[in-house]
Amino acid sequence: MYKLILPFRYLVKKRITLLAVLAVALCVFVVIVVMTVLSGLTSGIKDKYHSFIGDCVVGSKSLVGFVYYEEFLDRLESAEFVQAASPVIKSPVLVNVKMSADRMYTNRMGQLMGIDPIRHSRVTGFGKWLKHHRQNVSKVFTSPDEPNLPGCVSVHAALGWLADANADDTVPKITFDITSLPLTGKGALARAGMGLINTRSFYVTDIAPVGLWRFDRDTIYVSFEEAQALCGMNLGPKRINVIHIKFKPDVDLQIGRDKVTELWDDFVKTTANREYGDLLTQVKVKSWKSYQSDVISALDTERMMMLFIFSLIGFIAVFIVFVVVYMIVSHKSKDIGILKSIGASSVNVAAVFLGFGFLVGVFGAGIGALGGWQFLVHINSIETWLFEHFKFRLWDQSVYPIGSIPNQIEAKLFSGIIVFGITACLIGALVPSIQAARRRPIETLQVSQL
Amino acid sequence: MVNNEPNNQSTNEVILDAGGLFKSYPIGATRLEVLKGVDFAVKAGEFVAVVGASGSGKSTLLHILGGLDRPDKGRVRFRGVDLASLSGRKLNYFRNKTVGFVFQFYHLLDELNVLENIVLPVMAGIGVLGWLSCRRQAKKQGNELLESLGLAHRSRHKPFQLSGGERQRVAIARALINQPSLILADEPTGNLDSATGSGILDGLERLNSSGQTIVMVSHDEQVAARAGRIVRLADGRLV
Repeated sequence: MYKLILPFRYLVKKRITLLAVLAVALCVFVVIVVMTVLSGLTSGIKDKYHSFIGDCVVGSKSLVGFVYYEEFLDRLESAEFVQAASPVIKSPVLVNVKMSADRMYTNRMGQLMGIDPIRHSRVTGFGKWLKHHRQNVSKVFTSPDEPNLPGCVSVHAALGWLADANADDTVPKITFDITSLPLTGKGALARAGMGLINTRSFYVTDIAPVGLWRFDRDTIYVSFEEAQALCGMNLGPKRINVIHIKFKPDVDLQIGRDKVTELWDDFVKTTANREYGDLLTQVKVKSWKSYQSDVISALDTERMMMLFIFSLIGFIAVFIVFVVVYMIVSHKSKDIGILKSIGASSVNVAAVFLGFGFLVGVFGAGIGALGGWQFLVHINSIETWLFEHFKFRLWDQSVYPIGSIPNQIEAKLFSGIIVFGITACLIGALVPSIQAARRRPIETLQVSQL
Repeated sequence: MVNNEPNNQSTNEVILDAGGLFKSYPIGATRLEVLKGVDFAVKAGEFVAVVGASGSGKSTLLHILGGLDRPDKGRVRFRGVDLASLSGRKLNYFRNKTVGFVFQFYHLLDELNVLENIVLPVMAGIGVLGWLSCRRQAKKQGNELLESLGLAHRSRHKPFQLSGGERQRVAIARALINQPSLILADEPTGNLDSATGSGILDGLERLNSSGQTIVMVSHDEQVAARAGRIVRLADGRLV
């Protein structure tokens, strides 16, 4: 029983223990706040990538694309693990932003995406991103203002090309002249000798920000058929660049991808010897994670780096607890001798000081976790207050794709950090406790030691 | 295992028997020979005083007899069992159940109150669950000891709130809580004024008269004279 009473009394009576408790609390507080915010940011970014891509893609990096996609789409859509699939034309284009018939504003490179809005909404978050056609996705590429022009969907950043564009969700009355370099199935220029380019005007009908700068800076959605014609992919056997796929909810990502790979390999075996069949061999099947592996792996690396950095903070907690327990052991050497003289074993003496370290961990981690939780709950109102009073904003929302600072506390992360804090304290207390256990009672009870 | 038998009046049974004890401590490059072949025996129910000058090795002898230290050479037997043959666990049991130490500087734990200090050896002898089952009995016993030592009103006080004499009486109560066969008292009056010291010695005498075996070390001849037998330690040997 004294193994429970004594550590608690040491904790309460010795002021130096307050230092250890505060140090542990501070470490746990910082780790919980930073890891929660970082974890929220990275998982938010990952979710956006996932939402933009779907679960899996079958595609080629070649601008020529690949053929016979409709046959493969039939196979995909009849597979029991596939919920939906969307063929997409992707091509770099030149975009001229036209304010009126005689006023050309600017021109930039853009990324054209030709989609069937209904099919693409079933696979990705496209329908949810639309500001004005969320309930009427099929009509997204038509405009009552300009019935003679096909519509296109742009994003905030692309509108940002216009210096006087509105920052709100209003769609400006502008036209994009989109110019493409159409290619044949052999990779040659499709209109050699006839003017090498295709240009088509599109009226901006809606905006659809994904929340990722990588896509929002230049993506322009047009209808699948318009894009196919603009890129010359309707010449000969029709071509596309990518198929985006969504699996049924209970399908594991890797298993789903493997099944798609199997279906694709099977399809290639039966189709590769047809005209333009060699284009199929350039096609890869990738999960959304490996499709954007450069970003996803960077995010994972960043998270691991943060974990490593914060494990260094754990070392600081270990060191502080070590010093404090060492001092307690030094101050309480007489107690060690007394306990041993009444028959306490070395293990039990060690348990007293380990118990002390454990209590420092429990109280420190508890206070830190409580403080961290409260801080996270109020982090956005704190940031708002700082902005209102000092014009200080922690996260520049034009840089970070977040509406608010992520503060969703993950139970696993939260409990993991608390356990980590307590474990760090036990590790810090271990060496002094062993030293206490090894002390000979007569050394500590001698008059000269008192 | 050393038995914890009930205390007897003085008999001819030798309960503690030490022979050929040698002990030295390193002092710089040399060694200080403290005990140079001590032979010592205590019968059940005896009150023995070991007297000697300061630094003569009295406390060292007491620590060796109580299993707090080991001799370089020689043996200590308690009821025929050689302490050197006991495992660490059995030696802890011996210190917990068979002997009770009383120190010159009381050695009470500052964080515990008087009653908690007294029942500490009971806590040390059993686990948490064992303590929960016997804590009422132990506290009752502790309170009875406090009452017999005239400290019933001090049970909730902390050691720093007590006088030297009161602290030493608490230390005696702690030594007695597990009803040990042997009390080892190291200068029990060495830190007290003569009147208070005399009161402590009265208490030890009363304990001895009720059958408690006591070995006390002191540098003070007058204190030693209160014991039933006196042995002198000089130049590392009993004379």
